[in-house]
Amino acid sequence: MASEMTTVSSQSDVTLADGDFAGDVHTNETFGDALRGYLQRVRGGDMGSLPAILGLAVLFVVFGLANDRFLSALNLANLVTQAGSICVLAMGLVFVLLLGDIDLSAGVAGGVSACATALIVVNLSWPWWGAILVGIFCGASIGLAIGVLRAKLGIPSFVVTLAFFLGLQGVTLKLIGEGGSVRVDDPVIRGLTISNLPVSIGWAIALMVVLGFAGLEVYQYRRKKALQLSHAPLGVVIARLSAVAAVVLGVTFVLSVNRSVNRNVEISGIPYVLPLILVLLIVMTVVLKRTSYGRHIYAVGGNAEAARRAGISVDRIRISVFIVCSSLAALSGIIAASYAGKVSAASGAGNVLLYAVGAAVIGGTSLFGGKGRAIDAVIGGVVVATIANGLGLLNQSSYINFLVTGGVLLLAASVDAISRRRRSSTGLA
Amino acid sequence: MISVSVPAGPILELQGVNKSFGVVHVLHDVDFRVYPGQVTALVGDNGAGKSTLVKAIAGIHPIDTGTYLFEGKPVTVHSPNEVSALGIEVVYQDLALCDNLDIVENMFLGRELTARGLLDEARMETMARNALTSLSVRTVKSVRQTVASLSGGQRQTVAIAKSVLWNSKVVLLDEPTAALGVAQTRQVIDLVRRLADQGLGVVLISHNLADVFEVADRICALYLGRVAADVKASDVTHGQVVELITAGRSGSLGLAPAQAAESM
Repeated sequence: MASEMTTVSSQSDVTLADGDFAGDVHTNETFGDALRGYLQRVRGGDMGSLPAILGLAVLFVVFGLANDRFLSALNLANLVTQAGSICVLAMGLVFVLLLGDIDLSAGVAGGVSACATALIVVNLSWPWWGAILVGIFCGASIGLAIGVLRAKLGIPSFVVTLAFFLGLQGVTLKLIGEGGSVRVDDPVIRGLTISNLPVSIGWAIALMVVLGFAGLEVYQYRRKKALQLSHAPLGVVIARLSAVAAVVLGVTFVLSVNRSVNRNVEISGIPYVLPLILVLLIVMTVVLKRTSYGRHIYAVGGNAEAARRAGISVDRIRISVFIVCSSLAALSGIIAASYAGKVSAASGAGNVLLYAVGAAVIGGTSLFGGKGRAIDAVIGGVVVATIANGLGLLNQSSYINFLVTGGVLLLAASVDAISRRRRSSTGLA
Repeated sequence: MISVSVPAGPILELQGVNKSFGVVHVLHDVDFRVYPGQVTALVGDNGAGKSTLVKAIAGIHPIDTGTYLFEGKPVTVHSPNEVSALGIEVVYQDLALCDNLDIVENMFLGRELTARGLLDEARMETMARNALTSLSVRTVKSVRQTVASLSGGQRQTVAIAKSVLWNSKVVLLDEPTAALGVAQTRQVIDLVRRLADQGLGVVLISHNLADVFEVADRICALYLGRVAADVKASDVTHGQVVELITAGRSGSLGLAPAQAAESM
């Protein structure tokens, strides 16, 4: 090892004083080095969101060829609102998965919370924000209960949340009554998925996002370079910027086209749910990557004993991730209710959780803990929504839908398990 | 026992420490001293009480009787946090690093620096790099590589560098070379020497007498819970230390025959 490193430092043609951190080549890495490093990581099993992005491309080609309506602006806008609740639920699940735990009750926790929100609006005529706050509080309480049972009693999360999965469906049934449903008529809650931002404001937000992201990236690049910290080469920064700009502006363009099938009415603009997801994505990314709380979540997921010895309260972290997960599940349930226009006894049951877990894992979050990002949930959520949307357009019977989604989840989990084995054999964590 | 005269007083001193677990009397009137700038090797057979002594110093097992002096002043320690607040760092055999985090993240784990509520990555990375540089660590490719990609010796290095980072005054290393190959052992032994040269009091717990004689200034041999000898490394031979470890005495050194027998 030592001799290997000496060759590296002598190759770089830099004379270093004896005490210098001679092997640290990261600061003068080139774009080519970074690309080679990335390919090496991918081969070593650290693939991140790459399978999901490739899968998404394949799905778009296949569904686009199979059905000419798939790539229409109307359907793509529909896809965004369909993906909304899946992405939010998956973002919550990422927190729990980071600890290597699972929350099987997240879907129905969202159902119960949405039910509470809807009933409060209908029966008590509360304003929308009050009702949503109560719904999220409802989710947080469920998360607290699950977290305490998991962390303090040490019941495996699989069992605790399976019990909640069954129990909470009973609660929804009791709240709504057998077979019934509660209508969601509140213009704000309903409008979350059926109303759109004015086109000009949509473009303004899109430009702000792109410029803001570019400004932040360039600032960080220059600061890190000035302080001689390890940083990505300029080429990588530019590539990342172009990708984000292309996606944001491309999506904005598609959603700004008039997608109405009726000539007399115009429907265009970004559905309100999209900026909401963007805000959640930014907040969750900052929490996970830029705060000590987020760092501690990764630490507990990676090695709970090391985290404990470093003075981190493992139990508190574990309880908190279940609270975050169920709170986001509540929000996801409300978005789903907004899309459906009602809350029924089956809300959040069925394949909702399967979709969300699938989304997180397809996006690149590991089921074994310690690895995952908020963006994984969004990318995976879009993949899952695309499958559901495309199969729906092809008029397939619902059994096909179940089979395909189950198969995709299994495939994603297999990729996760295999890449984990490869990572441990190549030492890439 | 031979008393050794050294220029500076001990930075950490235990006097007449006793510790029992139930009816088992593990430590008998143990006197133990750590001097700044010196490597003190703690040797002894399995069950001699090395781990218990380390855990007593680390604050994991409170001592029953005896005095715990730090920088000449008596202190009472109840928890590992109080001990690390004094400036005493313990590097355990299993290291306890998070594989999925990088070197900087591991070195600051649980003690992250923040600015305006967010992690101050720039300061942490610079400080971590300086700590590694001060130890002349040259085998690590980047401070931003994950710990999973490091070799055993490099992982040990990261765990040890943590103590430099936090300006510790005393570092206890539990079997740092036990799982390492020849070249890596060499690296870690050099590192131990450099830590002492920086003025830290270093305690090296080891079964490997070659390592001990290579790097230690003083040797403290435990025999069945008693200190058999606390001597300068240059005053004893390899054979004498082996006898002290296995029989509690060697010639004029070590426990009185009666005491050694009684301990059995």
